[in-house]
Amino acid sequence: MELLETRNLGKMYDKFVALKDVNIKIQPNKIVGLLGKNGSGKTTLIKLVNDLLTPSSGEVLVKGEKIGINSKKIISYLPERAYLDKSWKVKDVLKFFWEFYEDFDQDKALKLLNDLQLDEDIQIGKMSKGMQEKLQLILVMSRRADLYILDEPLGGVDPATRDYILDTILSNFKEGSSVIISTHLIADIERVLDEVIFIDKGEIILCEDADKLRKKENASIDEVFRRKFKC
Amino acid sequence: MSEKYKIEFNNDLPIYSQLVAYMEKLIVTNKLLPKEKIPSVRELALLLKINPNTVQKALGELEQKGLIFTKRTNGKFVCEDESKIKKFKQELIYEKIKKFVDEMHKLQVSDEEIIKLVKGEEN
Repeated sequence: MELLETRNLGKMYDKFVALKDVNIKIQPNKIVGLLGKNGSGKTTLIKLVNDLLTPSSGEVLVKGEKIGINSKKIISYLPERAYLDKSWKVKDVLKFFWEFYEDFDQDKALKLLNDLQLDEDIQIGKMSKGMQEKLQLILVMSRRADLYILDEPLGGVDPATRDYILDTILSNFKEGSSVIISTHLIADIERVLDEVIFIDKGEIILCEDADKLRKKENASIDEVFRRKFKC
Repeated sequence: MSEKYKIEFNNDLPIYSQLVAYMEKLIVTNKLLPKEKIPSVRELALLLKINPNTVQKALGELEQKGLIFTKRTNGKFVCEDESKIKKFKQELIYEKIKKFVDEMHKLQVSDEEIIKLVKGEEN
Protein backbone atom coordinates (compact mmCIF):
# COMPACT_ATOMS: atom_id res chain seq x y z
CA MET A 1 0.00 0.00 0.00
CA GLU A 2 1.18 3.54 -0.73
CA LEU A 3 2.24 5.64 2.20
CA LEU A 4 0.75 8.70 0.54
CA GLU A 5 -1.45 8.99 -2.50
CA THR A 6 -3.31 11.91 -4.02
CA ARG A 7 -6.11 11.31 -6.50
CA ASN A 8 -7.05 14.02 -8.96
CA LEU A 9 -6.29 16.54 -6.25
CA GLY A 10 -7.18 20.13 -7.10
CA LYS A 11 -7.36 23.48 -5.36
CA MET A 12 -8.89 26.72 -6.59
CA TYR A 13 -8.75 30.12 -4.94
CA ASP A 14 -11.77 31.86 -6.45
CA LYS A 15 -11.04 31.47 -10.14
CA PHE A 16 -7.30 30.93 -9.74
CA VAL A 17 -6.21 27.32 -10.21
CA ALA A 18 -3.50 26.69 -7.63
CA LEU A 19 -3.39 22.92 -8.12
CA LYS A 20 -4.82 20.78 -10.88
CA ASP A 21 -5.31 17.03 -11.14
CA VAL A 22 -2.42 16.02 -8.95
CA ASN A 23 -1.84 12.26 -8.84
CA ILE A 24 1.21 11.25 -6.88
CA LYS A 25 2.20 8.14 -4.97
CA ILE A 26 4.87 8.03 -2.28
CA GLN A 27 6.23 4.68 -1.10
CA PRO A 28 7.82 4.02 2.29
CA ASN A 29 11.58 4.39 2.69
CA LYS A 30 12.08 7.14 0.10
CA ILE A 31 13.45 10.65 0.16
CA VAL A 32 11.48 12.65 -2.36
CA GLY A 33 12.19 16.13 -3.69
CA LEU A 34 9.16 18.26 -4.49
CA LEU A 35 10.76 20.71 -6.86
CA GLY A 36 9.22 23.79 -8.37
CA LYS A 37 9.68 27.51 -8.78
CA ASN A 38 8.16 29.99 -6.36
CA GLY A 39 4.39 29.99 -6.71
CA SER A 40 4.26 26.63 -8.50
CA GLY A 41 1.92 25.04 -5.94
CA LYS A 42 4.37 23.23 -3.63
CA THR A 43 3.05 24.70 -0.40
CA THR A 44 -0.58 24.34 -1.48
CA LEU A 45 0.00 20.64 -2.13
CA ILE A 46 1.76 20.20 1.22
CA LYS A 47 -0.99 22.01 3.10
CA LEU A 48 -3.64 19.83 1.47
CA VAL A 49 -1.76 16.69 2.51
CA ASN A 50 -1.58 18.03 6.06
CA ASP A 51 -5.32 18.75 6.13
CA LEU A 52 -4.77 22.50 6.52
CA LEU A 53 -6.67 23.35 3.34
CA THR A 54 -9.83 21.84 1.89
CA PRO A 55 -9.43 20.44 -1.60
CA SER A 56 -11.66 21.77 -4.36
CA SER A 57 -11.59 18.33 -5.97
CA GLY A 58 -10.04 14.91 -5.46
CA GLU A 59 -8.67 13.37 -2.29
CA VAL A 60 -5.60 12.60 -0.23
CA LEU A 61 -5.01 9.12 1.19
CA VAL A 62 -2.43 8.26 3.82
CA LYS A 63 -1.85 4.51 4.16
CA GLY A 64 -5.07 4.07 2.21
CA GLU A 65 -7.15 6.12 4.64
CA LYS A 66 -8.64 9.57 4.23
CA ILE A 67 -6.60 12.17 6.06
CA GLY A 68 -7.54 13.22 9.59
CA ILE A 69 -6.38 12.43 13.11
CA ASN A 70 -4.69 9.20 12.07
CA SER A 71 -2.68 10.79 9.30
CA LYS A 72 -1.60 13.65 11.58
CA LYS A 73 -0.27 11.12 14.05
CA ILE A 74 2.16 9.71 11.54
CA ILE A 75 3.11 12.81 9.55
CA SER A 76 5.70 15.18 10.96
CA TYR A 77 5.37 18.51 9.20
CA LEU A 78 7.76 21.44 9.02
CA PRO A 79 5.88 24.50 7.76
CA GLU A 80 7.51 27.05 5.54
CA ARG A 81 7.24 29.81 8.11
CA ALA A 82 8.14 30.12 11.77
CA TYR A 83 5.08 29.21 13.81
CA LEU A 84 6.36 28.82 17.35
CA ASP A 85 5.16 31.30 19.94
CA LYS A 86 8.04 33.73 20.38
CA SER A 87 7.25 34.34 24.04
CA TRP A 88 7.83 30.67 24.85
CA LYS A 89 11.09 29.24 26.09
CA VAL A 90 12.75 26.26 24.44
CA LYS A 91 11.70 24.00 27.31
CA ASP A 92 8.05 25.08 26.92
CA VAL A 93 8.03 23.97 23.29
CA LEU A 94 9.68 20.68 24.19
CA LYS A 95 6.99 20.02 26.76
CA PHE A 96 4.29 20.98 24.28
CA PHE A 97 5.59 18.57 21.64
CA TRP A 98 6.04 15.84 24.22
CA GLU A 99 2.45 16.20 25.42
CA PHE A 100 1.00 16.58 21.96
CA TYR A 101 2.71 13.85 19.95
CA GLU A 102 2.90 10.25 21.17
CA ASP A 103 5.89 9.61 18.94
CA PHE A 104 7.99 12.55 20.17
CA ASP A 105 11.44 11.39 21.30
CA GLN A 106 12.34 13.89 24.01
CA ASP A 107 15.83 12.41 24.59
CA LYS A 108 16.69 12.79 20.93
CA ALA A 109 15.48 16.38 20.90
CA LEU A 110 17.51 17.19 24.01
CA LYS A 111 20.61 15.62 22.52
CA LEU A 112 20.24 17.59 19.30
CA LEU A 113 19.67 20.81 21.22
CA ASN A 114 22.69 20.04 23.36
CA ASP A 115 24.81 19.56 20.21
CA LEU A 116 23.85 23.11 19.29
CA GLN A 117 24.60 24.27 22.84
CA LEU A 118 21.14 25.71 22.95
CA ASP A 119 19.99 26.66 26.42
CA GLU A 120 16.54 25.37 27.33
CA ASP A 121 15.75 28.54 29.24
CA ILE A 122 16.21 30.87 26.32
CA GLN A 123 13.15 32.57 24.90
CA ILE A 124 12.45 31.75 21.27
CA GLY A 125 11.98 35.39 20.29
CA LYS A 126 15.52 36.10 21.49
CA MET A 127 17.11 33.48 19.28
CA SER A 128 18.56 34.28 15.86
CA LYS A 129 16.44 33.43 12.83
CA GLY A 130 18.80 30.61 11.87
CA MET A 131 18.65 29.16 15.38
CA GLN A 132 14.84 29.29 15.36
CA GLU A 133 14.81 27.35 12.11
CA LYS A 134 17.17 24.76 13.54
CA LEU A 135 14.97 24.41 16.62
CA GLN A 136 11.88 23.81 14.49
CA LEU A 137 13.71 21.22 12.44
CA ILE A 138 14.91 19.43 15.59
CA LEU A 139 11.35 19.27 16.92
CA VAL A 140 10.05 17.85 13.64
CA MET A 141 12.87 15.33 13.20
CA SER A 142 12.59 14.15 16.81
CA ARG A 143 9.25 12.56 16.07
CA ARG A 144 9.29 8.89 15.09
CA ALA A 145 6.98 9.55 12.19
CA ASP A 146 6.24 7.51 9.06
CA LEU A 147 6.33 10.54 6.83
CA TYR A 148 8.26 13.78 7.27
CA ILE A 149 7.12 16.69 5.13
CA LEU A 150 9.54 19.58 5.10
CA ASP A 151 8.43 22.73 3.31
CA GLU A 152 11.46 24.72 2.15
CA PRO A 153 13.77 23.70 4.99
CA LEU A 154 16.72 25.31 3.21
CA GLY A 155 15.13 28.62 2.34
CA GLY A 156 16.92 31.73 3.54
CA VAL A 157 19.77 30.05 5.44
CA ASP A 158 23.52 30.23 4.88
CA PRO A 159 25.44 27.29 3.33
CA ALA A 160 26.82 26.09 6.68
CA THR A 161 23.33 25.96 8.11
CA ARG A 162 22.17 24.10 4.99
CA ASP A 163 24.76 21.42 5.74
CA TYR A 164 23.53 21.21 9.31
CA ILE A 165 19.93 20.87 8.13
CA LEU A 166 20.75 18.14 5.61
CA ASP A 167 22.81 16.24 8.20
CA THR A 168 20.02 16.51 10.74
CA ILE A 169 17.47 15.18 8.26
CA LEU A 170 19.71 12.31 7.08
CA SER A 171 20.73 11.20 10.54
CA ASN A 172 17.36 11.41 12.23
CA PHE A 173 14.53 10.25 10.00
CA LYS A 174 13.09 6.99 11.27
CA GLU A 175 14.28 3.80 9.56
CA GLY A 176 11.82 2.88 6.81
CA SER A 177 10.01 6.21 6.86
CA SER A 178 9.77 8.63 3.94
CA VAL A 179 10.74 12.27 3.66
CA ILE A 180 9.31 14.85 1.28
CA ILE A 181 11.45 17.96 0.91
CA SER A 182 10.11 20.88 -1.07
CA THR A 183 12.64 23.34 -2.43
CA HIS A 184 13.82 25.37 -5.36
CA LEU A 185 17.46 25.02 -4.20
CA ILE A 186 18.00 21.79 -6.07
CA ALA A 187 21.77 21.67 -6.38
CA ASP A 188 22.13 21.64 -2.60
CA ILE A 189 19.99 18.60 -1.99
CA GLU A 190 19.79 16.54 -5.15
CA ARG A 191 22.25 13.89 -3.97
CA VAL A 192 20.08 12.90 -1.04
CA LEU A 193 16.99 12.33 -3.17
CA ASP A 194 15.62 8.96 -4.30
CA GLU A 195 12.90 10.47 -6.41
CA VAL A 196 12.02 13.85 -7.80
CA ILE A 197 8.66 15.41 -8.53
CA PHE A 198 8.60 18.52 -10.71
CA ILE A 199 5.64 20.81 -10.23
CA ASP A 200 4.80 23.83 -12.36
CA LYS A 201 1.75 26.08 -12.50
CA GLY A 202 -0.10 23.70 -10.19
CA GLU A 203 0.51 20.60 -12.28
CA ILE A 204 2.85 17.67 -11.80
CA ILE A 205 5.01 17.49 -14.90
CA LEU A 206 7.50 14.78 -13.96
CA CYS A 207 7.96 12.00 -11.38
CA GLU A 208 11.15 10.00 -11.72
CA ASP A 209 13.90 8.12 -9.93
CA ALA A 210 16.76 10.61 -9.46
CA ASP A 211 19.60 8.43 -10.80
CA LYS A 212 17.50 7.22 -13.73
CA LEU A 213 16.75 10.81 -14.66
CA ARG A 214 20.47 11.71 -14.52
CA LYS A 215 21.26 8.78 -16.79
CA LYS A 216 18.45 9.51 -19.22
CA GLU A 217 19.18 13.22 -19.53
CA ASN A 218 22.94 12.99 -19.02
CA ALA A 219 22.66 15.89 -16.63
CA SER A 220 22.16 16.82 -13.01
CA ILE A 221 18.65 17.20 -11.63
CA ASP A 222 19.39 20.91 -11.28
CA GLU A 223 20.26 21.13 -14.98
CA VAL A 224 17.18 19.13 -16.05
CA PHE A 225 15.04 21.46 -13.95
CA ARG A 226 16.59 24.56 -15.52
CA ARG A 227 16.03 23.19 -19.04
CA LYS A 228 12.39 22.42 -18.34
CA PHE A 229 11.61 25.74 -16.72
CA LYS A 230 13.58 28.13 -18.82
CA CYS A 231 12.02 31.55 -18.35
CA MET B 1 37.91 6.31 8.75
CA SER B 2 36.12 9.29 7.30
CA GLU B 3 39.15 10.52 5.32
CA LYS B 4 38.92 7.52 3.02
CA TYR B 5 35.44 8.36 1.98
CA LYS B 6 35.91 11.72 0.34
CA ILE B 7 34.25 11.59 -3.03
CA GLU B 8 33.80 14.52 -5.33
CA PHE B 9 30.50 13.51 -6.86
CA ASN B 10 29.49 14.74 -10.26
CA ASN B 11 25.76 15.49 -10.24
CA ASP B 12 25.53 14.82 -13.98
CA LEU B 13 26.06 11.08 -13.49
CA PRO B 14 24.14 8.50 -11.47
CA ILE B 15 25.43 8.80 -7.90
CA TYR B 16 25.25 5.08 -7.27
CA SER B 17 27.58 4.09 -10.13
CA GLN B 18 30.08 6.74 -8.99
CA LEU B 19 30.05 5.24 -5.50
CA VAL B 20 30.56 1.72 -6.89
CA ALA B 21 33.55 2.87 -8.99
CA TYR B 22 35.03 4.75 -6.04
CA MET B 23 34.74 1.79 -3.66
CA GLU B 24 36.25 -0.53 -6.27
CA LYS B 25 39.23 1.79 -6.48
CA LEU B 26 39.62 1.90 -2.69
CA ILE B 27 39.61 -1.89 -2.59
CA VAL B 28 41.96 -2.67 -5.49
CA THR B 29 44.49 -0.07 -4.31
CA ASN B 30 44.41 -1.49 -0.77
CA LYS B 31 43.16 1.73 0.73
CA LEU B 32 40.50 -0.57 2.08
CA LEU B 33 42.23 -3.74 3.23
CA PRO B 34 40.89 -7.28 3.04
CA LYS B 35 38.61 -8.01 6.03
CA GLU B 36 38.31 -4.29 6.79
CA LYS B 37 34.88 -3.22 8.04
CA ILE B 38 32.81 -0.94 5.87
CA PRO B 39 30.75 1.74 7.62
CA SER B 40 27.02 1.10 7.86
CA VAL B 41 24.66 2.35 5.17
CA ARG B 42 23.56 5.22 7.35
CA GLU B 43 27.09 6.21 8.32
CA LEU B 44 28.20 6.22 4.69
CA ALA B 45 25.14 8.18 3.60
CA LEU B 46 25.89 10.75 6.25
CA LEU B 47 29.61 10.93 5.51
CA LEU B 48 29.00 11.37 1.80
CA LYS B 49 25.78 13.37 2.19
CA ILE B 50 23.90 11.14 -0.18
CA ASN B 51 20.77 9.03 -0.08
CA PRO B 52 20.89 5.88 2.10
CA ASN B 53 19.11 3.83 -0.59
CA THR B 54 21.80 4.85 -3.07
CA VAL B 55 24.46 3.56 -0.67
CA GLN B 56 22.49 0.35 -0.17
CA LYS B 57 22.25 -0.20 -3.90
CA ALA B 58 25.96 0.44 -4.45
CA LEU B 59 27.01 -1.90 -1.63
CA GLY B 60 24.64 -4.51 -3.05
CA GLU B 61 26.41 -4.32 -6.40
CA LEU B 62 29.85 -4.57 -4.77
CA GLU B 63 28.64 -7.62 -2.88
CA GLN B 64 27.41 -9.20 -6.11
CA LYS B 65 30.83 -8.64 -7.61
CA GLY B 66 32.31 -10.42 -4.62
CA LEU B 67 34.36 -7.45 -3.44
CA ILE B 68 32.58 -7.17 -0.11
CA PHE B 69 30.54 -9.56 1.99
CA THR B 70 28.03 -9.41 4.81
CA LYS B 71 28.65 -10.97 8.21
CA ARG B 72 25.23 -11.71 9.48
CA THR B 73 25.08 -9.38 12.43
CA ASN B 74 28.29 -7.40 12.18
CA GLY B 75 27.86 -5.52 8.93
CA LYS B 76 29.81 -5.51 5.70
CA PHE B 77 33.50 -6.24 5.18
CA VAL B 78 36.02 -6.19 2.34
CA CYS B 79 36.55 -9.57 0.67
CA GLU B 80 39.13 -11.76 2.47
CA ASP B 81 40.37 -13.44 -0.68
CA GLU B 82 43.29 -11.38 -1.94
CA SER B 83 43.64 -13.34 -5.19
CA LYS B 84 40.05 -12.44 -6.02
CA ILE B 85 40.81 -8.75 -5.51
CA LYS B 86 43.92 -9.06 -7.67
CA LYS B 87 41.91 -10.69 -10.42
CA PHE B 88 39.32 -7.95 -10.22
CA LYS B 89 42.05 -5.33 -10.46
CA GLN B 90 43.36 -6.98 -13.64
CA GLU B 91 39.90 -6.94 -15.16
CA LEU B 92 39.49 -3.28 -14.22
CA ILE B 93 42.83 -2.44 -15.83
CA TYR B 94 41.99 -4.31 -19.05
CA GLU B 95 38.61 -2.63 -19.22
CA LYS B 96 40.15 0.84 -18.89
CA ILE B 97 42.90 0.09 -21.40
CA LYS B 98 40.40 -1.27 -23.89
CA LYS B 99 38.32 1.89 -23.59
CA PHE B 100 41.40 4.06 -24.10
CA VAL B 101 42.68 2.06 -27.05
CA ASP B 102 39.23 2.10 -28.70
CA GLU B 103 39.16 5.87 -28.38
CA MET B 104 42.62 6.15 -29.91
CA HIS B 105 41.61 3.90 -32.81
CA LYS B 106 38.63 6.16 -33.42
CA LEU B 107 41.13 9.00 -33.71
CA GLN B 108 43.02 6.79 -36.20
CA VAL B 109 46.06 6.39 -34.00
CA SER B 110 47.82 3.09 -34.73
CA ASP B 111 48.88 0.63 -32.03
CA GLU B 112 52.54 1.45 -32.60
CA GLU B 113 51.84 5.15 -32.23
CA ILE B 114 49.85 4.55 -29.04
CA ILE B 115 52.77 2.66 -27.50
CA LYS B 116 55.18 5.39 -28.50
CA LEU B 117 52.93 8.09 -27.11
CA VAL B 118 52.38 6.26 -23.83
CA LYS B 119 56.12 5.81 -23.42
CA GLY B 120 56.56 9.51 -24.09
CA GLU B 121 58.73 8.96 -27.15
CA GLU B 122 58.76 11.61 -29.83
CA ASN B 123 57.10 10.77 -33.14
